[in-house]
Amino acid sequence: MADSMPIEHEPRIVGASPLRKEGRAKVLGEARYIDDIALPDMWFGATVRSSVARGRIVSIDYSPHIPWHEYAIVTAADIPGENTIVHLSKDHPCLAQGQVNHPDEPILLLAHPEKAALHRAVAAIEITYEELPAVFTIEESEAALASGDPARIIWGHGDHANTFKTYVMTAGDPEQSAEIFATADFVIEGEYRTGAQEQLYIENNGVIGEYSPVDGVTVRGSMQCPYYLVHALELVFNLPAEKCRVIQTETGGAFGGKEDFPSVIGSHAALLAMKSGHPVKMCYDRAEDMAGTTKRHPSRTRHRTAVSRGGKLLAGEIEFALDGGAYATLSPVVLSRGTIHASGPYQWPHLTVRAKAMATNLPPHGAFRGFGAPQSLFAIERHMDKIARIVGLSPEEVRRRNFLATGDHTATGQHLVDRVDMQHLLTRALAESNYHEKRERFNRENQDARIKRGIGFAAFMHGAGFTGSGEHRLNSLVEMEITPEGRPRILVSSTEFGQGTNTILCQVAAETLGIAYEEVLIAQPDTRDVPNSGPTVASRTAMIVGKLVERASMQLRATLTASGHFTGGSRNFREAAQRYLSEHGSLKTSARYESPGDVAWDDNTYRGAAYPTYAWAVYVAEVAVDLDTYSVSVTEFHALQEVGKVLHPILAAGQIEGGVVQGIGYALYEKCVWQKGHMANNQMTNYIIPTSADVPPIHVSFEETPCIHGAYGAKGIGELPMDGPAPAILNAIEHATGIAFTEIPLLPEDIYERMTRSAGSGSEDLEPAIAGPYFSEKVY
Amino acid sequence: MITIKFEVNGCDRSVITPPLKRLLDVLREDLGLHGAKEGCGEGECGSCAVLLNGELVNSCLLPVLQVDGAALVTIEGLADAQELHPIQQCFLEQGGAQCGICTPGMILATHHLLARNPHPSLEEIREGLAGNLCRCTGYTRIFHAVEAASRRIAESA
Repeated sequence: MADSMPIEHEPRIVGASPLRKEGRAKVLGEARYIDDIALPDMWFGATVRSSVARGRIVSIDYSPHIPWHEYAIVTAADIPGENTIVHLSKDHPCLAQGQVNHPDEPILLLAHPEKAALHRAVAAIEITYEELPAVFTIEESEAALASGDPARIIWGHGDHANTFKTYVMTAGDPEQSAEIFATADFVIEGEYRTGAQEQLYIENNGVIGEYSPVDGVTVRGSMQCPYYLVHALELVFNLPAEKCRVIQTETGGAFGGKEDFPSVIGSHAALLAMKSGHPVKMCYDRAEDMAGTTKRHPSRTRHRTAVSRGGKLLAGEIEFALDGGAYATLSPVVLSRGTIHASGPYQWPHLTVRAKAMATNLPPHGAFRGFGAPQSLFAIERHMDKIARIVGLSPEEVRRRNFLATGDHTATGQHLVDRVDMQHLLTRALAESNYHEKRERFNRENQDARIKRGIGFAAFMHGAGFTGSGEHRLNSLVEMEITPEGRPRILVSSTEFGQGTNTILCQVAAETLGIAYEEVLIAQPDTRDVPNSGPTVASRTAMIVGKLVERASMQLRATLTASGHFTGGSRNFREAAQRYLSEHGSLKTSARYESPGDVAWDDNTYRGAAYPTYAWAVYVAEVAVDLDTYSVSVTEFHALQEVGKVLHPILAAGQIEGGVVQGIGYALYEKCVWQKGHMANNQMTNYIIPTSADVPPIHVSFEETPCIHGAYGAKGIGELPMDGPAPAILNAIEHATGIAFTEIPLLPEDIYERMTRSAGSGSEDLEPAIAGPYFSEKVY
Repeated sequence: MITIKFEVNGCDRSVITPPLKRLLDVLREDLGLHGAKEGCGEGECGSCAVLLNGELVNSCLLPVLQVDGAALVTIEGLADAQELHPIQQCFLEQGGAQCGICTPGMILATHHLLARNPHPSLEEIREGLAGNLCRCTGYTRIFHAVEAASRRIAESA
């Protein structure tokens, strides 16, 4: 044996669970987040914010008790370029000028060498306003629009007055649809609402800005999308992209909350750096982060559905409305994803979805895991249970009679050529959760119980990748290079914020190159060094960017093999790569996104293939409702999904479990309390997220149907688990209590109010003990 | 300004500081120990947790004058040279760390739990970690990590 060359055979890496790339630094406490970093001569920044929801700025007074010469002060007048934070439009000012449109809107920026000197300076600036009428809900925004009073229009004009975006999605024939509604066995209506939700990453938004007249602007910090920030800085500073450098530092959670917002805080810190001549760190504290940054869009969905006696969906009308807050930010695309998911995983012979994102005087709502889909899927999955009840079928049976299947067309007309088997997913999920036995047992045991138990489920899908023509427009680029040590290094702008980007992309490269996972490196995203592989959002990293890493790795392997140096294995790779470098100087390969031929979307008709592919899922929740405290606990949770090939089982399960618990919070705990547009409970003390004591056993299962679009057959996974928990939990609560709640968050006080209400009268004057629990639902 | 003397990760340290400065800031700014993180600044999230004479405390709530003469352990004091502590190793292997920002506090909370109760039940783990918030994992893999660490510590004892 000593004479023969050992044949290095690496085990399969994709599908195994190697250690998280940056995991060792994280468990040692050595990972450096933005607030752990200090630059020489660094100052600290703070933001002066509006105290009213809407008004004209009348005066700004600086108290004489502060030595203002020690401070750098930035106003809108200091902005060298455009006063805008660009996303899809330019309505969002970088700093308010003349007028404010929401509470906590940035007006002035301050920097000082001592962090402790900022608080009193912010408090010493007095701003007076001439207040203007404001609106705080979708209904108030609609009413202002309907009033025809221009003074009450808070955004836009004409067709866009108070309205950021509208879509009409039509399937089938509207005329036939009207006839069907006139003659159907059942016409079933329902209205469903969801609240705002705070991302509540444990690391607040934070950045360090630098400015040099020669080199331009550099911003490093906690973020998902470095190139979004480059684009924002180009406009604010009127500089070319090559003079706007952005570096992502270790990021302590994001969930969408660091998709669009870093463009704001990043521009602010860079402006202060320009004004002060020093690097400036801005790290929000929790109260500022919660009051001043984006949240999930509140929603209202109205369903009107024609259903046959046999439980078939014949025709549907859906009105989907989002509260976008004061500026458009990403609302049009959040609305788009919500619109497309509003139909659920069902066949609709005729369907019209009318969707709109309304302006209100709340801080702008933005990206949050799920991106519109949790809102509209909550509605359809509650509505399906209502349809079942009215038609007299089980929730299971009504879904089985309407599920999409392989070969069907979705409501946007997308032909489902890949295998779709919701029937099987439902069968398996109900079996694994022992659904039927429990449903019967709870029915029996609930009769005399003070703790009522229930079990319910939701069936849903989540489109992977950008909506519509988004991936085509992004035109993502991935590069791979060889380091001087002969190791492969992945160059992408895709960021790690806990979900596993570093690890899965290195797995894909290692598998493709046929070398050990430990050999592969991935660069920290720095726009000076890495190409634009697109934003790290929309469940696109494993599928879209992973596929590009696979292709770039294939090229790398082919080049080294063609050179005659590479014959296989990790050790040989290093030698071969170093020999190649000594002969050619460098080696870099790249892969750019190519639209698959079968993914066509028409923005004008809002028809076609909305996503490259979908992940499909059935989630089953069990709850216990305590009739003494009116609190709900989720006691067991089963999450079954088909997400294509699972690249890393531990990370994948972690994504599902984390999403399910955020979904439990969304359904039962997390309520933003708004007072004239200001978040009043902007603290962890009174904005409640699930703790370790609140979470049920979560059983995660995967079906693996490889998808041609993704790396080694992977689909998107990150957002999916946010969609199912809330409707599954409310369906379970309906089973437990007999009450069809339609709104989240559903807090104990909401349940108390509803269960102690007597039919036909107000609840205020009734003692709960006298009124007793009220179970019957007589709405229809 | 006062002088505070205390032991940090086995070393005697001394700082001259305003007496009401938060222990968290003293650790991060004066001693350069960045492992403890500020998540909320009001004792809700546990990201700033450290061990003070063996007790788990939120360092954002503690004026530094209260630790004069005390012995502190931070996340930096847990690993033995190049070797991860079994709790750290199990968090790494089991997927107990995702974004990593709550991880130092969560690992110290686990250390505190296992020091008192080497073989906790799942219910005791859930209660024992309830002062430390995690937004990424849904806690499930953290529970696995604690159970694995409990076994590994017992095996190596």
